[in-house]
Amino acid sequence: MGLDCMMRRLQQVGRLLPLFAVLALMLTGCSSDPYLSALTPKGPAAEMQLFMMKLSLYVMLFVFAVVVAIFAYVLVRYRKRKGDNSIPEQVEGNHKLEIIWTVIPFLLLIVIAVPMVSTTFTLAKDYSQDKEAVKVKVTAHQFWWEFDYPEAKIKTAQELYIPVGKKVWLELTSADVIHSFWVPGIAGKIDTNPGMKNTMWLEASEEGVFQGKCAELCGASHALMDFKVKVVSQEEFDAWVAKMSKEKPESTTDGADTALAAEGEKIFQQSCVSCHAIDGNGGKIGPDLSNYSERQTVAGFLRNDPTHTGDEAVRTENLKKNLHKWLSNPEEVKPGNLMKIGQLKPEEVDALTEYLSNLKRQ
Amino acid sequence: MAQHAARPRNTGLKDWLTTVDHKKIGILYLVAGGFFFLLGGIEAVLMRLQLMYPESNLFVGATFNELLTMHGTTMIFLAAMPIIFALMNAIVPLQIGARDVAFPFVNSLGFWLFFFGGTLLNLSWFLGGAPDAGWTAYPPLSGTTYSSTHGVSFYVLGLQIAGLGTLIGGINFLVTIINMRAPGMTFMRMPLFTWSAFITSALILFAFPAITVGLVLLMFDRIFGANFFEVANGGNVVLWQHLFWIFGHPEVYILILPAFGIISEVVATFSKKRLFGYSAMVFATIVIGFLGFMVWAHHMFTVGMGPVANALFSIATMLIAVPTGIKIFNWLLTMWGGQIRFTTANLFAVGFIPTFVIGGMTGVMLAVAPADFQYHDSYFVVAHFHYVIVGGMAFGLFSGCYYWWPKMFGKMLNETIGKWNFWLFFIGFHLTFFPQHFLGLTGMPRRVYTYMAGQGWEMGNMISTIGALVMTLGTAVFLWNAFVTSRKAEKAPADPWDARTLEWAIPSPAPEYNFAQTPRVRGLDALWVEKMAGNKGMTPAEPLGPIHMPSPSILPFLMSVGFFIAGFGFIYHQTIVSVVGLLVVFYGMFARSLFDDHGFHIEVDEIKETEKGVKL
Repeated sequence: MGLDCMMRRLQQVGRLLPLFAVLALMLTGCSSDPYLSALTPKGPAAEMQLFMMKLSLYVMLFVFAVVVAIFAYVLVRYRKRKGDNSIPEQVEGNHKLEIIWTVIPFLLLIVIAVPMVSTTFTLAKDYSQDKEAVKVKVTAHQFWWEFDYPEAKIKTAQELYIPVGKKVWLELTSADVIHSFWVPGIAGKIDTNPGMKNTMWLEASEEGVFQGKCAELCGASHALMDFKVKVVSQEEFDAWVAKMSKEKPESTTDGADTALAAEGEKIFQQSCVSCHAIDGNGGKIGPDLSNYSERQTVAGFLRNDPTHTGDEAVRTENLKKNLHKWLSNPEEVKPGNLMKIGQLKPEEVDALTEYLSNLKRQ
Repeated sequence: MAQHAARPRNTGLKDWLTTVDHKKIGILYLVAGGFFFLLGGIEAVLMRLQLMYPESNLFVGATFNELLTMHGTTMIFLAAMPIIFALMNAIVPLQIGARDVAFPFVNSLGFWLFFFGGTLLNLSWFLGGAPDAGWTAYPPLSGTTYSSTHGVSFYVLGLQIAGLGTLIGGINFLVTIINMRAPGMTFMRMPLFTWSAFITSALILFAFPAITVGLVLLMFDRIFGANFFEVANGGNVVLWQHLFWIFGHPEVYILILPAFGIISEVVATFSKKRLFGYSAMVFATIVIGFLGFMVWAHHMFTVGMGPVANALFSIATMLIAVPTGIKIFNWLLTMWGGQIRFTTANLFAVGFIPTFVIGGMTGVMLAVAPADFQYHDSYFVVAHFHYVIVGGMAFGLFSGCYYWWPKMFGKMLNETIGKWNFWLFFIGFHLTFFPQHFLGLTGMPRRVYTYMAGQGWEMGNMISTIGALVMTLGTAVFLWNAFVTSRKAEKAPADPWDARTLEWAIPSPAPEYNFAQTPRVRGLDALWVEKMAGNKGMTPAEPLGPIHMPSPSILPFLMSVGFFIAGFGFIYHQTIVSVVGLLVVFYGMFARSLFDDHGFHIEVDEIKETEKGVKL
């Protein structure tokens, strides 16, 4: 009978084991986005963070293994057996054991704490006076990101351009509620608090388009408040800066259906310009739309190249599709956003789409 | 001597509305807390359904934010805390050999304040929208500029009223445990559950004033146009976060310590052994309670406090792992050499151990400030605190319910159904929350109502939702068990588990006066000591005599209704309504203070009659 009972227990445990094994396999086999995951760091900050994650995980796994080993042994060995009505020895405690499991955890924590302190200070290093560092002012809005390069006098939105291998010094704040700036693949996150300034440094060790997220609940479209960090070579970055910081920008809509694009520009100048600026002309309530044709996303989260093909034709086609969707019903696409243009006619949407999707700087 | 009233004999609804009996108040807490637990659970399942597939449209934007806010707020304040209070009420006086709590009237007031506060909060669903700024209600999002419905005002007033109830409940248990222990029941002979109730009450006493202050400031901002958190007028939004977490972190220990207490009782009983390292366990409980106040800012590593504060709070947080580890090892060593019986109560306790250890592991990982820059506000955090609160506290509460059900209701829950309950809940729990660790590490922020396809999160979210449905099934099985048990005729014996502590020395359910004669306690595990000495029960410390009891009163109910009305007045800026409500409250306070009530006596004949038919 006792053996039966034990077998049943073992079967129960046995039934669970494959379940967890399968689960773990599926999860690790799962193709997570390498430009989004904290587990595939592409920059010194994220690498240090992953090191701390692993270090604490391994130390804790050791503790877990010890607990589970004792636990499993005890459960099997000390089950009540049928017919055994003896009274177990009523042990009060054991000083030696109790000292051991107080002191060893202390030592293990020191193993984690020492590199923790040094990493904390490394991540808090100040690059504000570093001439080499690219300075960017980040302002979070419901539900978009404003990026301001004070040295190059560039204002842009949703996409942060940075050169590979260079320190980028961020000063972050918010125009409304609290948001949190998070680029898992390159660095951790920091909150953007209204009325306060936070700082953080970024450095990417690889080129690519990294995904950024808002991590602090900020209202109805918190889930959609994505941004991109576009890491490019120094030359490409310099070219971008030169293009974006021209005193007299010459935005064109080359390659567009000119009549339709002109119509779109007219509508833009009538309806959109009070909130959105192009080439420095226009309002500051919404994102700056200069050089819009090169954007990776529409409304910050509708991806123009969702499968990272790198194909310009694919990106342009999706840009138009997404822009059309967005302009047709912004409230449905991104609930709670401030763009109130529900009254646009379909032909006006077409015209604006044509205009914006071809808008580029030379 | 003043004339005592005649023995009141209320029945039905009137009895439940006026009772000051700690055992009945315990049942009220259990039923009301259970109801809110189901509400919070439904909200959770709705969110999981929305997140089952990418880009779903079931509950989007602000609606989803209402669900997540109400899920968190309901589960913490209206489900977890009340069910803890249910077990504390039902058991603590019995464990220390008392006839009731120190202030039975206040006890009833505490329950009704919680009940009406919770009701007020939940009515927001029908009155223009629930709060939608998260259970943490960070301003400015919770201010009127960005949350213009009355939702957050319901949150502020509802929690303020419910919080009053919790605070006076905590004070009541402190006084009870300090003053009402039976002869011989020294502090170091108190069962661990009573110890944890004691420390939890102390935490309530020191933590709740912080949230009260925070809520008052937020209330002034929202209702009277103050500027504590209005940045444009010089307010500071981080101030709220400090106040909230100075309360919020001890709150975590307010929740988990009673679960530790329950596990300590259950593991010892079903191993047929004395708790290993009792004094270390007591000491660890006190240390955890103390350190719980030193670590609040680990919820704020990304706020921008700077490396010094982050490093210090990081180290302080890690230290909590040491006393917690002591507890885990003491439980394991309690089972070592015992005769472990796998009743449902013990299955939950045994299931608690590895589950809680995983929650503790991720807790230490989260304590590492630089790594927290990645974890913070991601699904990793969601996974962590559900491992601690569900895998820790909820497992503990289930265990406690199965263990003490006979003492509370006089009937034993069905063990076969109980095992279904455990396995469904246990497996469902791990399916739900284990994948969420990986979702967070691969970039999924928490509190998002949807996610785009192609980011690698489809599988994890699907498994998580399936798990949530399995957990729901497990909960339904528990309800079924409670229903089946209530229809069963068979009565539970006084000591069905061959247990160790004082509550098992009296009949199940406990009679109105608890102990016919106050017992004399001769050691830790008072009943076990007598069993081992060959005695049939406790040795009385007093002769049999009439027992003095407090009178039932409708005033606590009435005063809580007054607060409820006043709350509405404040939310809708109707001064007259607020004044009327507060007048009702003041009437109750005056009536209570001015008219003496000397209670009544239960006579010896009745006691003898009650004790005669007892199955010991």
